[in-house]
Amino acid sequence: MSLDLPPTHRHEHDRQAVPSDPALRVKALESLLVEKGLVDPAALDALVDAYEHKIGPRNGARVVARAWSDPAYKQRLLSNADAAIAEMGYGGFQGEHMVVVENSAKVHNLVVCTLCSCYPWPVLGLPPVWYKSAPYRSRAVIDPRGVLREFGLELPEDVEVRVWDSTAEVRYLVLPERPAGTEGMNEEALAALVTRDAMVGVGKVSLKVGSTA
Amino acid sequence: MNSVHDMGGMHGMGPIVEEKNEPVFHDEWEGRIFAMNLAMGAWRKWNIDASRHARELIPPAEYLRMSYYEKWVAGLIELIVKSELVTRDEIESATPAADSVKAVPALTADQAIARIATGIPAKRNVDAPARFKVGQRVRTCNMHPVRHTRLPRYARGRFGTINRDHGVFVFPDTDAHFLGEKPQHVYSVCFAARELWGAQAEEKDSVYVDMWDEYLEPA
Repeated sequence: MSLDLPPTHRHEHDRQAVPSDPALRVKALESLLVEKGLVDPAALDALVDAYEHKIGPRNGARVVARAWSDPAYKQRLLSNADAAIAEMGYGGFQGEHMVVVENSAKVHNLVVCTLCSCYPWPVLGLPPVWYKSAPYRSRAVIDPRGVLREFGLELPEDVEVRVWDSTAEVRYLVLPERPAGTEGMNEEALAALVTRDAMVGVGKVSLKVGSTA
Repeated sequence: MNSVHDMGGMHGMGPIVEEKNEPVFHDEWEGRIFAMNLAMGAWRKWNIDASRHARELIPPAEYLRMSYYEKWVAGLIELIVKSELVTRDEIESATPAADSVKAVPALTADQAIARIATGIPAKRNVDAPARFKVGQRVRTCNMHPVRHTRLPRYARGRFGTINRDHGVFVFPDTDAHFLGEKPQHVYSVCFAARELWGAQAEEKDSVYVDMWDEYLEPA
């Protein structure tokens, strides 16, 4: 492919480094943008509140719990994730085009974005620092089993590892395996077991886990 | 561009550190710059590909030193200056220029919530030929554009198999530079881990990379 674009010029890249106190820099930038009428501080408050309190991994956990409880829903989720996730009331920014990949006894899926930090916001919220960090982004594709070991997950040799690099606008969610011993549990109880890490593919769901990670 | 943002396969970045009970934002300013990026995007002076490219242009040593949201500060400043919403002098003085005309914000609080609920779809409902079919063997282009691309270095010039056709999407290589959306098919392409990394990789393992039609040629 050739785009025939002019080369970038070094001077375009020169910029002020962010000072050591980004808090002051950001405060000054916000007051400038507000004074110029470019942003409404109430809109900023609403966005921060939405991602701090409303949009997070509990959304994805409810999707997973429903898929575990309802085979017809699971089929819809795997064949048309956008519609199935919308049925649960979730969707939107950074989750406009979703694909759900299923873990099994023989297949383990792991999601990464090597080029930036793409992540399915409507179902998992904003990504944790480790997901956005160089160690994870660099190694998930070349050494997924080593990465999983660092998360305490040792996979048997006969399990196939599939790494999904989110290079486009498709966002991936892992449907973890339902743990044994949960047969009598309802969706709400199941959702409480599902962790963010399991839905990224760096963990498994177990009966013992109840943390927010 | 071949910069450090394209880090798939690099060594030496250290251990992965997982923080227990991590907050969504570690400090108030992180939430504010996050929200400012979203709210300023509503002026439609740039697109998501241009905003990614603004962060990729951060010089490599700075890119690696900065935290995620520090990159969002640098990227937003670059975007608002280039799109002439704000001048560099205004940022340095934190004061509107004398001749600055006060605008009406592009987003109210309600509109902000509606915007994230709707999202900004990158899929386009247009006819574009799919040059490849599911199951077909392909080879990725060996190309090194100096500008924005979403074809990672580790997957250039490699053989893979079309796993699924996601449909027709905006093409970031042109969109990031305001050269048009050039909608085309995006496929999930499956690469054997050994095709990418050699014998050190597990035979069973694979890496699936989303690829625009133009990144591929028949194998």
